[in-house]
Amino acid sequence: MKLSRSDRTRRLVSGSMTTLTALCTILAVGALAFILTYIARRGISSLNVRFLVETPKPVGEGGGIGNAIVGSAVLLLLACAAGIPLGIATGVYLSEVGRGWFASVVRFLVDTLTGIPSIVTGVFVYAVVVLRMKHFSAYAGGIALALIMVPIVARTTEEMIRLVPHSLREGALALGAPQWRVTFGVVLPAAASGIATGAMLAIARISGETAPLLFTAFGSRFFPRGLDEPIASLTVQIYNYAISPYDEWHAQAWAATLVLMTLILGVNITVRFFTRKKF
Amino acid sequence: MREAGGRRPSLNSFIKSALSPTGNLGDSVFRLLMFAVAALMVIFVVGMILALASHSLPSLRGFGFGFLTGTEWDPPKTIFGALPFIYGTLASSLIALVISVPLSLGVAVFLVEQAPSWLARPVTFLVELLAAIPSVVYGLWGIFVLAPILREHVEPPLARWFGSLPLFRGPITGIGLLTGGVILAIMITPIISAVVRDVLAAVPNTQREAALALGATKWETTQVVLVNGAPGIAGAIILGLGRAIGETMAVTMVIGNRPEISLSLFHPSYTLASVIANEFTEATDDIYLSSLIELGLILFLVTFVVNAIARVLVWRVTRTSAAAGLAA
Repeated sequence: MKLSRSDRTRRLVSGSMTTLTALCTILAVGALAFILTYIARRGISSLNVRFLVETPKPVGEGGGIGNAIVGSAVLLLLACAAGIPLGIATGVYLSEVGRGWFASVVRFLVDTLTGIPSIVTGVFVYAVVVLRMKHFSAYAGGIALALIMVPIVARTTEEMIRLVPHSLREGALALGAPQWRVTFGVVLPAAASGIATGAMLAIARISGETAPLLFTAFGSRFFPRGLDEPIASLTVQIYNYAISPYDEWHAQAWAATLVLMTLILGVNITVRFFTRKKF
Repeated sequence: MREAGGRRPSLNSFIKSALSPTGNLGDSVFRLLMFAVAALMVIFVVGMILALASHSLPSLRGFGFGFLTGTEWDPPKTIFGALPFIYGTLASSLIALVISVPLSLGVAVFLVEQAPSWLARPVTFLVELLAAIPSVVYGLWGIFVLAPILREHVEPPLARWFGSLPLFRGPITGIGLLTGGVILAIMITPIISAVVRDVLAAVPNTQREAALALGATKWETTQVVLVNGAPGIAGAIILGLGRAIGETMAVTMVIGNRPEISLSLFHPSYTLASVIANEFTEATDDIYLSSLIELGLILFLVTFVVNAIARVLVWRVTRTSAAAGLAA
């Protein structure tokens, strides 16, 4: 078959557009590779066991991020304790209970909340918690993170519950089980692995949050002694070291970033590995 | 009296049937609890607006509408004008969109329309990993890697070739609007491309088959798909815009944090989110704090509206086609 000139041009255009979109993809993946390898290279040189267990010290004396690691763990635990049950309950409402306009309003608000800047959540928690308590605290930081977590967990819970086949519910209902037993005994267990996946991704997401902690948890140079006091976190420490003028602190910021990224990428890759078939 | 008495049982039975269609006490408690948590979400949003608004009152009363148009921000002299931050936020977000939209569309088209599935799956995951990197990490990388690269290899040629435009004038430091926009572009690319991917995947295959059957090339078929998904793609872009407007740490670390309005992309700027992050803990008097909270209120309202529009647009494409898919 002989191609006319315009046909050849059309093929040429089509081929070059394919190349162009491939280039876009290579650029995006390349940026990821560049950022990650750079973090690994810079971070590994300042990383050692003492750095992981010590508290920060003045410039020139070393010091570490032990308190920030413990602080981040405490904040994440607080956030999960409130955020996961509330998120799952909202998801259950959206998929099993809610009907009509109110359910639509809730779904819309939950969807829109995931796009609200986290710094605004921080300002809100400052206004209603910190101003009332009159000081920064781990509680305030945990509440801010929990508020960011709830919509994420709610949406994944709703999606995962929707994947549970209706025949399972109908079977349980036909046996005479009330709705709450169907939900807790049949639907939620069937969706459990998906919900756990969503919760893990939400934890990975909030473990990288900095802005909502700046004026709620604030930060601290010591190991946490109570939840009613300001508390350190990895992200705030990275920020403070990054904008400082000292090379030593910059190196520590890279090392702390490596620790944080290991945690976040670890969660993302593990989750992906275990849910390969689902997504 | 009689009327009220007459209505009562029917209202009772209505509540009962709404709470528990099965007439089971456990179900009533269960439904009520789940409803209460869902209502908490609504209360949370309303409470957020009320709390932010009530704490902005001193500034709202003191400066009124002039707050939005004031070009000077000088806390020691209690002069508070938000325009430099609004300008910085919009300018950096626009730069981000200009870079990110073609890139994200390219990525999404490649992954949905062109790449074989053995390649598309892992690459999709890698692109999504870009969204998992925390803002503060982008900021750190921005200060020490991106800013020097732009300062040495990108901004000087731009100034040399396009220096006649006001956009590319002024001292080159690597810290400013352009760097903020580029870092935002990297951050919103995985978000826009993920939503565009969903939208393209939701376009029915019959569209592609029809185009191919008419003799269209791969790219011409892709154009048909893009036109079909246009509202959803618009939604994805607006979603990316919302994310860029509210992004805080990374921008704060590379944009220079100076409340000045300048056309030059090399000039330092300041965004709504950045000024809150930087000055909130330093705000000593009430009017200063109130002004910062008002900036937060503006940020909340703008991102809320932007996200709402985006959601509606994306829903329109993905939901109707999902329904059509079910029907077919």
